[in-house]
Amino acid sequence: MSIFVNADTRLLVQGITGREGEFHSAAMLEYGTNIVAGVTPGKGGQTALDGRVPVYDTVADAVGQTGANASCIFVPAAFAPDAMLEASAARVPLVICITEGVPVLDMLRVHHVLKANGTRLIGPNCPGLTSVGEAKVGISPGDIHRRGPVGLVSRSGTLTYEVVQAMTDAGLGQTTCVGIGGDPIVGTSFIDVLAAFNADPETEAIVMIGEIGGEEEEKAAAFCAREVRKPMAAFIAGRTAPPGRRMGHAGAIISSGGGGTAESKRSALEAAGIHVADSPSHIPRLLHDAGVG
Amino acid sequence: MKLQEYRSKEILARHGVPLLAGETATTPAEARAAAERIGGAVVVKAQVLVGGRGKAGGVKLAATPAEAEARAGDILGMDIKGITVQTVLVAPAADIAKEFYLGLILDRAARAITVIASAEGGVEIEETAKTNPGAILRLPLHPLLGLQEFETRRIGFFLGIPADLRRDFATVMRGLYAAFVESDADLAEINPLVVTDDGRLLALDAKITLDDSALPRHPDLEAMRDLNEEEPSEIAAREAGISFIKLDGSIGCMVNGAGLAMTTMDLVKLAGGEPANFLDIGGGAKADRVAAAFRIILDDPNVKAILVNIFGGITRGDEVAHGIVEARSQLHREVPMVVRIVGTNSDEAKPILARANLITADSLDDAAAKAVEAAR
Repeated sequence: MSIFVNADTRLLVQGITGREGEFHSAAMLEYGTNIVAGVTPGKGGQTALDGRVPVYDTVADAVGQTGANASCIFVPAAFAPDAMLEASAARVPLVICITEGVPVLDMLRVHHVLKANGTRLIGPNCPGLTSVGEAKVGISPGDIHRRGPVGLVSRSGTLTYEVVQAMTDAGLGQTTCVGIGGDPIVGTSFIDVLAAFNADPETEAIVMIGEIGGEEEEKAAAFCAREVRKPMAAFIAGRTAPPGRRMGHAGAIISSGGGGTAESKRSALEAAGIHVADSPSHIPRLLHDAGVG
Repeated sequence: MKLQEYRSKEILARHGVPLLAGETATTPAEARAAAERIGGAVVVKAQVLVGGRGKAGGVKLAATPAEAEARAGDILGMDIKGITVQTVLVAPAADIAKEFYLGLILDRAARAITVIASAEGGVEIEETAKTNPGAILRLPLHPLLGLQEFETRRIGFFLGIPADLRRDFATVMRGLYAAFVESDADLAEINPLVVTDDGRLLALDAKITLDDSALPRHPDLEAMRDLNEEEPSEIAAREAGISFIKLDGSIGCMVNGAGLAMTTMDLVKLAGGEPANFLDIGGGAKADRVAAAFRIILDDPNVKAILVNIFGGITRGDEVAHGIVEARSQLHREVPMVVRIVGTNSDEAKPILARANLITADSLDDAAAKAVEAAR
């Protein structure tokens, strides 16, 4: 088992004929992801990726013709809110938005509408997710993964790859790795993913990678203390980040009032009985110590 | 992006919020001329983006134009938390009968724009939150409907706005909300909002912070950026499309990805060193951007070593290695460089780095330790 995407996922890609969309769609196909359609307004009737994927003008057309049940969005930030709304309006149940730099007030409205429609949104500003050996959606490098018992959830991109690589090198494989995104407002929270891993029989242990800013890690810690009985390990980035500065990710900012620090998150996790690593490379050992692998 | 008080007031005034705008001045003579045009007593206020300028002596009353000139002379050039004051705002003084705090924030937890109001105006809201949390009203607004009249009334009653000023308060509240939404702010606050002795409701001070992601659609607001208060290196980085924040340590960091960049800084610290910067070079790590990143890092004379940490992933490691070697050959200053490249084609990257006499490392922990050692 895995969460959110699997071998039955029928993926459509919004922005498939753009530079990023095409490049990453090719990598997804190579991984084995079942891409059934692409959408680029004005290019309906054409094909993408050497004739392998039909292109439609609208998401509604693509869903009607192919039965797509997930959409991955690669369009530029100015058009991403519209793309998310279009996918949701076409009743695509799962939308993954890779795009970085979406204005946050747009996200407030989009988040609200998608929630009301019952659409699960992952991202924006995220690397996507990989159910190892079944489907890779987004921009993660496929070859760092190895199938195994650990579920991973993270707010980051390359930091996630770092941790996945360390786990794979140590012989600890993964079920699904989910990047929820580094923006202040994202569709799927740590708690949503933790709950899904908690309910997934194949996921035996969970790794959570957080960073400074907001209170999501603290809330997740409280949730884990209440609900999760699987072994866990965590890492929090940004112990050396100065307050009041946006550290690359729009959401990674310690408030000038002192909220959202790495220390606050670390102590919340430790209070919930979760071991927090000083370095990403220590995570496999923490998992081994917890009896995993 | 933070806006100066006078810029924030410009935006609020455009949306109908009543305030005493005043004029900016960059010399004492300009301040005097402004005070003469305004007439009567004025306040001379340092325009800096750091908090606590009042306590630092950056806000002074002046009864006459001559006094305004003298006070501006005191304040201009003053250092407030490392920022040299280059501009003052000269604004009409007001006799304050009552002060309030009124703000809107992007509330991540509530996923809403939230009103924050307190009858304890003139002090920082974080302070009130500590000393008297019951005095604060937090009211998340509906993300699609926005501010409603009943909410405005509720906030007015909570604050104890005098009955004859309720209509004016509604104007302030609507104006603040419109300013927030139309400028894509993530913070807009009036502190204090005052009732004057002669019964007027006025915004005496204002602060607006904009969502950086929305700036591309607001070129007029982007033009309000105060370059005087930014590190020259941070300006150069922004122009090169690099996310960069200067810090005080000696180990320059160049990393792809924000989370990994923070982690690299943390591991430098864990290895006993201090990071000189946060730097996310973004995807691809192309040669010209690598070169720009090196120049920005090395412009800081404190930098004694550079740690490059690239998780190749989609990017090919050998291409990154070529980019690093090429960029390094054009640098004006030599410091030890520790390079770690992982992911696709990282094995092909190693001989390229070794030929260029760069220190290489396999793990991030090892790379951090080597960089700290090299900076000694």
